[in-house]
Amino acid sequence: MAELRALVAVKRVIDFAVKIRVKPDRTGVVTDGVKHSMNPFCEIAVEEAVRLKEKKLVKEIIAVSCGPAQCQETIRTALAMGADRGIHVEVPAAEADRLGPLQVARVLAKLAEKEKVDLVLLGKQAIDDDCNQTGQMTAGFLDWPQGTFASQVTLEGDKVKVEREIDGGLETLRLKLPAVVTADLRLNEPRYATLPNIMGAGPKASASGNGSADVAPMEAGCRRLGQGRPVNRGLPCAESQEEED
Amino acid sequence: MSGCELFLRTAAAAARSCRALVAFTASHRALRTSPPSRAFAKELFLGKIEKKEVFPFPEVGQEELNEINQFVAPVEKFFTEEVDSQKIDQEGKIPHETLEKLKSLGLFGMQVPEEYGGLGLSNTMYARLGEIISLDASIAVTLAAHQAIGLKGIILAGSEAQKAKYLPKLASGEHIAAFCLTEPASGSDAASIQTRATLSEDKKHYVLNGSKVWITNGARANIFTVFAKTSIVDSDNSVKDKITAFIVERDFGGVTNGKPEDKLGIRGSDTCEVHFENTRVPVENVLGEVGGGFKVAMNILNSGRFSMGSAVAGMLKKLIEMTTEYACVRKQFNRSLSEFGLIQEKFALMAQKAYVMESMAYLTAGMLDQPGFPDCSIEAAMVKVFSSEGAWQCVSEALQVFGGSGYMKDCPLERILRDTRILLIFEGTNEILRMYIALTGLQHAGRILTARINELKRGNVTTIMETVGQRLRDSLGRTVDLGLTGKLGAVHPTVADSANKLEENVYYFGRTVETLLLRFGKTIVEEQMVLKRVANILINLYGMTAVLSRASRSIRVGLRNHDHEVLLANMFCTEAYYQNLFSLSQLDKYAPENLDEQIKKVSQQILEKRAYICAHPLDRTS
Repeated sequence: MAELRALVAVKRVIDFAVKIRVKPDRTGVVTDGVKHSMNPFCEIAVEEAVRLKEKKLVKEIIAVSCGPAQCQETIRTALAMGADRGIHVEVPAAEADRLGPLQVARVLAKLAEKEKVDLVLLGKQAIDDDCNQTGQMTAGFLDWPQGTFASQVTLEGDKVKVEREIDGGLETLRLKLPAVVTADLRLNEPRYATLPNIMGAGPKASASGNGSADVAPMEAGCRRLGQGRPVNRGLPCAESQEEED
Repeated sequence: MSGCELFLRTAAAAARSCRALVAFTASHRALRTSPPSRAFAKELFLGKIEKKEVFPFPEVGQEELNEINQFVAPVEKFFTEEVDSQKIDQEGKIPHETLEKLKSLGLFGMQVPEEYGGLGLSNTMYARLGEIISLDASIAVTLAAHQAIGLKGIILAGSEAQKAKYLPKLASGEHIAAFCLTEPASGSDAASIQTRATLSEDKKHYVLNGSKVWITNGARANIFTVFAKTSIVDSDNSVKDKITAFIVERDFGGVTNGKPEDKLGIRGSDTCEVHFENTRVPVENVLGEVGGGFKVAMNILNSGRFSMGSAVAGMLKKLIEMTTEYACVRKQFNRSLSEFGLIQEKFALMAQKAYVMESMAYLTAGMLDQPGFPDCSIEAAMVKVFSSEGAWQCVSEALQVFGGSGYMKDCPLERILRDTRILLIFEGTNEILRMYIALTGLQHAGRILTARINELKRGNVTTIMETVGQRLRDSLGRTVDLGLTGKLGAVHPTVADSANKLEENVYYFGRTVETLLLRFGKTIVEEQMVLKRVANILINLYGMTAVLSRASRSIRVGLRNHDHEVLLANMFCTEAYYQNLFSLSQLDKYAPENLDEQIKKVSQQILEKRAYICAHPLDRTS
């Protein structure tokens, strides 16, 4: 049955290959002029959604991103990979810095209810803050079952079977839909957004909605005090390696 | 037919064409309607700077820029993660899966119009993607041979039927194209090709016979753009041999390949001989006009040439990253290499060359993207000469930084060096392009100046007085002002000094061109060393213009690191200025700096004996 609808959350982060530099005033890292791209785990989540759609198990995929204007590029990439619609919850750049998992989870929960989706897919964590909280909090707000660190997702009628990678090995859960699933590394290998698809995503992107009118992100409860490089503990790593050999 | 009906028919036709025009204009690609504009380089030969062609530096709209950046991301990801250049070089082929991925990414039809299944990219966008594709030279050459020359003829000169028939499969990569011009006895001298196409008795097809050599994609291609001699009856009823371009399908029969060539570089690309034996080509497959093939060939080659600038700049930028990383980490004499002056000099050279190349390439791309059919063949040729030689020099210097390890196969530098060498040879050797640059410009100047020179030769008093007056003023060192600097100047005040140097050079260049034409007349065609200097000066002038235009824009817009750009721009302009002054002085009659006579003598004596003729230093006379 192809009546299921999926919501995929995607985050715009600094590209994994970039050399991170801390700002001189140590309030954060340099983001100006630095290459950004979709969080790798979010790519895996989008890929999974698109594969489910190709198997005709999911009818519509909605991609959501919370953040400043540049998030439109991330949504467009999701559309180029195969999502049908995009929703950009616009947050001014100044406030975006204070946006954390709690606020995003509230937004996602409201959108999931409003769009009446059956499945919410996210990456397990973002590579910039490594929080690993958004998916879990979203499930909490919605009071939906959750399958995190998924390495395999199988839709079975009104249930979803999730195989999770945990410290002890592999755990398999069966969740009743609607549910929240977060993607881990080995779930799949995301496709490239081909240039013809990116071109086609242009009209899709302009037809997509801006979700900020319906959802107001709450005030941030956390405030970042400072950011800096790890302290050099003076341990000669290279030497200890040789000794081990 | 009643008047009313006729009126309605005409109105309907008008409405249809209106709608078509509106639909056409609705797309944001350039609309071509106006007559050809006078491009920039030719006017330099008259000592004039056509400011509106080159200032301000071309910009793309924010939407287009966003689209370009969206394209760049997956292509860059693919090339950094999935392309193993070392393996491609060692095995001498591009893996099948890699080619398939390139096809699915859409890279086989970048400039094919959207209605035929391509991406319809503008020249600027194509140049931008070229920066990333050049990360692997073999792939870059394979793609370029397919679309920049192989199928370009169909886009530029093809009929609607030909476009509709061939472009879709070529754009998707299902069919691969190759460009077949070169023959064993005809390389630079393209007009002398021997491949023949004879019209059949029933006038329905041509029979093609001949051999082409060094054809990239020769073994893989299904569609060939082939150039052959056809006998045509001229307007004065004489029978002449003229070149005609054909679209030849491998399926027409009689098409065979030689074995793959074992090359110094770009070893992953497939290069081989292509033989045509009694291949039957339907007359519908004539590309352009019968007898108009040479023009088709030149148009094709001219249209893709400028992208070498951005491709090389992209490669150099990566090279700078690699090499600076090494120089900062490697220590000798207890200091890292980056602290030594001679090493620092190399990085300055690489950065400067990359900056100039980028500026020239995107300036030319911007000019080509203007509506109409601007003739930028000289500008494109200059970009090609500068970037190919800049690449060779910079890669060599980068390898030097790596020292011994640069020489080893483990280090990618030696492969990059080998791949780079072809740039000076293919797409028109730099020697031929220098002659082309100089002669085309001189021809243009000559036409304009012919009237004046004839007057001088006839002894017209007024003209003589004018010219003498001008020479007097020149020798008294009058300041040149061509409108680049000052309150209404085109360049930003920070680079005004360099702009003045450019203006001075341009003015004296214009004067020198006049003198040369007066001195040599038509025989200038034979004076290759004179033409070489003319071309070198022009290339420098174009480079100076490009960097001044770009730097001015960067300052005005407030781009990141525009101070660094100003440094690079001023550095290049100063260097080019003095080089130009030296070349200009060498072009004076009886100039002591000019060693052309001696060079000719030495080479004649060597060529006579086909060997080095000096007696051995240890020889004795008894």
